[in-house]
Amino acid sequence: MASSTPLTEAGLVIVDLAAPTKDEATRMLATKLAEAGRVTDLDGFLADVRAREAQMATGLPGGIGIPHARSTHVNVASVAVGVSPAGVDFGAEDGPAHLIFLIAAPDGADQNHLVILAQLARKLVHEDFRQSLRDAGSPAAVAEIVTREVVLP
Amino acid sequence: MRIVAVTSCIAGIAHTYMAAEALEQSAKKSGYQIDVETQGAAGSSPLSAATIAAADVVIFAADLEVKDKARFAGKPTVTVGVSKALADAPTVIQQAVDLFAATPATPAGTAAAGAAATGSASAGGPELATKVPKGAGIGTRIRQYLMTGVSYMIPFVAAGGLLIALSFIIGGYEIVAVKPADIIGNFNAFSSHDWAGLMFLVGAATFAFLVPVLSGFIAFAIADRPGIAPGIVGGAIALTVGAGFLGGLVSGFVAGFIALGISRIKLPAAFRSLMPVIIIPLLATFATGLIMFVILGAPLKAVSTGLSDWLNSLSGGNLVLLGILLGLMMAFDMGGPVNKVAYAFATTGLASVALDGDPNSVQFKVMAIVMAAGMTPPLGLALATVIRKKLFTLAERENGKAAWILGASFITEGAIPFAAVDPLRVIPSLMIGSGVTGGLVAAFGSTLRAPHGGIWVTPLVGEPLLYLLAILIGTVVTALLVIVAKNIKRAAVQPVDSLEEDYAKETAAVNA
Repeated sequence: MASSTPLTEAGLVIVDLAAPTKDEATRMLATKLAEAGRVTDLDGFLADVRAREAQMATGLPGGIGIPHARSTHVNVASVAVGVSPAGVDFGAEDGPAHLIFLIAAPDGADQNHLVILAQLARKLVHEDFRQSLRDAGSPAAVAEIVTREVVLP
Repeated sequence: MRIVAVTSCIAGIAHTYMAAEALEQSAKKSGYQIDVETQGAAGSSPLSAATIAAADVVIFAADLEVKDKARFAGKPTVTVGVSKALADAPTVIQQAVDLFAATPATPAGTAAAGAAATGSASAGGPELATKVPKGAGIGTRIRQYLMTGVSYMIPFVAAGGLLIALSFIIGGYEIVAVKPADIIGNFNAFSSHDWAGLMFLVGAATFAFLVPVLSGFIAFAIADRPGIAPGIVGGAIALTVGAGFLGGLVSGFVAGFIALGISRIKLPAAFRSLMPVIIIPLLATFATGLIMFVILGAPLKAVSTGLSDWLNSLSGGNLVLLGILLGLMMAFDMGGPVNKVAYAFATTGLASVALDGDPNSVQFKVMAIVMAAGMTPPLGLALATVIRKKLFTLAERENGKAAWILGASFITEGAIPFAAVDPLRVIPSLMIGSGVTGGLVAAFGSTLRAPHGGIWVTPLVGEPLLYLLAILIGTVVTALLVIVAKNIKRAAVQPVDSLEEDYAKETAAVNA
């Protein structure tokens, strides 16, 4: 893969995420993206995510939440990962999300990045992948698993 | 089972791919082959035309309008929201499997014609097959029980009807006086009278099985193998008590449910092996016979006689009305249950008078009406695809070529690929065309002695020229109406989309 910027890194992972609402959780993860310089305008990006979230909740069965947006406020395709032992309600029918992936795609992202995100989405369906992330323990370990497992097909 | 699916979601980033993965995993787990086209932001690699053509069933798990939907025209399709496919892929896959099972075989070309004609394509395997899918609703089940019975009866109708009709052509109507003793041991291969007599006797023997077979296979559809014996016996008793076709329908249901009930009784292991060979046949057959003789025999005979008397009293305007009604029924579902009711009405009527000599029985006119009205839907659509090519997709124009042959052979199912894609425009047009045809045939007084065969049995038609004229007019009317209807509201091709309702619900749920 030609891209030099990995999808995620240790600085984009929160392993003990605790937040009362999905908006709070999303803001905490988005702040990480902004701190890393991947998101240029935190509030603008959050508005785009909320607009997407309002169309349909992104909580999914299996205890995952995937707030996401394509936004002009994103520099590079990125995923911030939150592991939440207590869980955050993302509107899924089967309960709160314990894994939260904030997916940020630049508007007009290049095709490779979008394919990578598609691969991540496919991985999320598999319980063993989700389990490995919940068990990872450290930000570095989480980032390592995502980077290793999610590659161009 | 081959499945193709299309997934899409609003942002095209996550759900599209997750749903695709979930469907693939679930289908593989169940042993089905699946190909998914992800219409998402990462671009989609479109399904090949060959893959789509080979697919048995289509799943649209899409929150956006499916791109190039016409590629899937004519395939049975399950449409769900993308989150449904993601949350519960196994159920969606099962829906697709059930839908495929419930979809009548669609003739893709003339090769399927024979199978579609008898409606017993599924009987090709070593096991007898019913048309009843697992988990269907009660209304669907009753229709499917009937269709199973009718589809096994049709070969008897065809063989017996054609033999008897040929015997009349060769030997004249006095051939009904022939006795088995005239043929047995005295057959003269150089006597046309003997050949005609032989055909008549074989045809008559075949027709004696119509009601028992109908009854037996309705019971089979309900109770599986244990239903066959009581069902066939019940049908034979229906004939004995003079309840005819109607009695056979009832005896089929009676026998089926009795056999089903008895076969569910739990017995000690020692007796269990006796169930299929002694207990079920004995009890179910005797109980069916008791009910048919003692309880239902008299009332069914009264209803059956009343129906027959009413039919024979029909003439002139009333017969034309009946013709229009039967025509509408033939086109309503093109080989489905309503069509089969009209067809069964005609063929059993044919069976009841075919052994008589009177060439002008109302039943022969009804048969002519039903066959003509069943031919015009495919013929009219075929004509429409020739007159106005632009209104039809490439696939439909190809289907149009096959529809000429299917229509001419009285295989109404040839219209299904067109009706499935655009039912609101196509079906009413077909019904009016067939209604016109049925009314005209009734008015012309054409008769038909064969239960099937389309234009190929025209020699067996009374007033053949007027009969063909009626079919021609009906074909033209059908084609013109289809063309007019296809031009109405072209912009609003998509009716109220179920997706929008899904959105509304989900948005409401989020806001709540």
